[in-house]
Amino acid sequence: MNGNRIERTELPEPRYEFGGDDHVFVELDEAMSFDANFQAMAITQQIDERDIAGVTEICPANASYMVRFDPDVIHPETMVEELKEIAAETDISEYSWETRVITIPVLFQDPWTHETLMQFRDHHQDPDATDLEYSARINGFDGVEGFIDAFVGSPHMVTMVGFVPGLPWCFQMVPRTEQLEVPKYVQPRTDTPSRAVGFGGAFSVVYPVQGAGGYQLYGRTPIEVLDVDQQLPNFRDSMVLPNPGDILNYRRIDREEYDTIREEIEEGTYEYAIEAVEFVPDAFFEAPHEYNEELTKTGVSSS
Amino acid sequence: MIEVVKGGVSTTIQDLGRFGHYHIGMPPSGAMDLFSHKVANALVGNASDAATLEMTYDGADLRFEENGVIALAGAPMPAELDGEDVPMHEAVRVEAGQELETGFTTEGARTYLSVSAGIDVPEVMGSRSTYTLVGIGGHEGRTLQAGDELVTGENGAAPDTVVGNTAPEENLPDLENSNVLRTVIGLCDYRLTDESREQLCDVAWKVTPEADRVGYRLEGPELEFVEREQPFGAGTDSSNVVDVGYPIGSIQLPQKPIVLMRDAVTGGGYATIGTVIGADRSLLAQRRTHETVRFEPVTVEEALDARQSVQDDLAAIRTAIER
Repeated sequence: MNGNRIERTELPEPRYEFGGDDHVFVELDEAMSFDANFQAMAITQQIDERDIAGVTEICPANASYMVRFDPDVIHPETMVEELKEIAAETDISEYSWETRVITIPVLFQDPWTHETLMQFRDHHQDPDATDLEYSARINGFDGVEGFIDAFVGSPHMVTMVGFVPGLPWCFQMVPRTEQLEVPKYVQPRTDTPSRAVGFGGAFSVVYPVQGAGGYQLYGRTPIEVLDVDQQLPNFRDSMVLPNPGDILNYRRIDREEYDTIREEIEEGTYEYAIEAVEFVPDAFFEAPHEYNEELTKTGVSSS
Repeated sequence: MIEVVKGGVSTTIQDLGRFGHYHIGMPPSGAMDLFSHKVANALVGNASDAATLEMTYDGADLRFEENGVIALAGAPMPAELDGEDVPMHEAVRVEAGQELETGFTTEGARTYLSVSAGIDVPEVMGSRSTYTLVGIGGHEGRTLQAGDELVTGENGAAPDTVVGNTAPEENLPDLENSNVLRTVIGLCDYRLTDESREQLCDVAWKVTPEADRVGYRLEGPELEFVEREQPFGAGTDSSNVVDVGYPIGSIQLPQKPIVLMRDAVTGGGYATIGTVIGADRSLLAQRRTHETVRFEPVTVEEALDARQSVQDDLAAIRTAIER
């Protein structure tokens, strides 16, 4: 049955492009797919492991990746040769990586994002509906409840982190036919509450800080994804929670639980639900729903 | 200790930048005009990675509570130390109790002030650079304001060995006539129509008031994208691509070009069409609002030659100082 598997995407020849004298940008595909993203993930992990002299930044993106380097140490052409060599040796069918399943509690239709989205109705495709009502309708759901069920029904993989520190772009781990797709706002908003959970194109996001944004707004999480002061226990090693390759499992909560968790976050006592897992692309492609269920139920603890 | 008497329009503490964290959305920050930052440090005998003050348009006024040496580099800025003129690109002795007053840059946008041994603030992720968006680095992660107190480092060069150092004029950029930005065209430039790709390098682009450490937004003709059925995940607008990482110096096109600078947004869904080369990003940082810039297409080899030429200038300045 096609519908229960992830159909593999044949990727075109990658495009190697110079970004000035100190970056190489590699486009693996113009369209988003798990194949393109996993390839980006696998190659960037290999670059990291090779510890190539002169490389200063290694950035996987949704269907591409980028490296920054010091051209005094490595010539741009040599850099591209290295990347091609790594690509030739990378086969995601034989690849797996250590990652984490992170539970993100979300209060959908919360008062804060609701206030914001109502403020910006004139920037929206459908001024008479909420973002959730609009998204549910254009994705063929009878109502908001069914749409939220689909949104939280399968985990989302962090396929890229960026724009601002700690903002994860997440691609839901389901076959193409089940994937939700929603346009961004016609005009970006000038405001978004911090910790808002949104969706645009085929990606869910969590906004780490208050600011501009163009994604449809669905809810708000009480937990932080960015802690610049590194006060929370889970941020001791890094001020940013999500990393490329992590798996976010959105969990629907009510207002009472939201308030309880928020209080614990503010007191610094909240324990993030994080499970270390081994991610095997091939097993996921074969039976995504079963694989996801196992991932989110019985993550193999790392310690 | 240095007391800030007046902060200026936008003065921040910067060094060479913060690296290794772009993949979690953390831009490098660091001096926008890296060349001038290095010159300022060289004049007072500092290593390049010492933190300087980056002053934008209007300088800061400072009271020094210890003896030391300072130097100004980059955009020419009128400055007086207790009423005595402070020349640009020269190491000047300061004594405890003296006050530096500065005015508006007469050309260019950014002036760097170095102090012997550098400004000492705690490093965040390996750098003292200020990144105001999330409020890290520098002094409390923000622009300086009156009343702030800055600590300087220890073990600076002995004042007598550096006071009077100057940088030879011929090795400094001519800011007034530096509006050509050499650019490696590429990345997602296939999204542009042939006509628009030509236009990009043919017209003069005007720097808008929205030009800051994140990016320089430019004003000019509307560029057009090739019509296509948008690929899955790219979003509905023809300016959108499936989100990519943005190189520092890259030109992205939410219709009007934005050249990303050192506090760049690290990635997103706008098509990028080329990258201003390393050597010329310092020059762009000195362009003022309403001035124009042009993009000149170059090859990577030409970009590397330009890089070498900047390094030669810096080496010549260091040699002149050591003589």
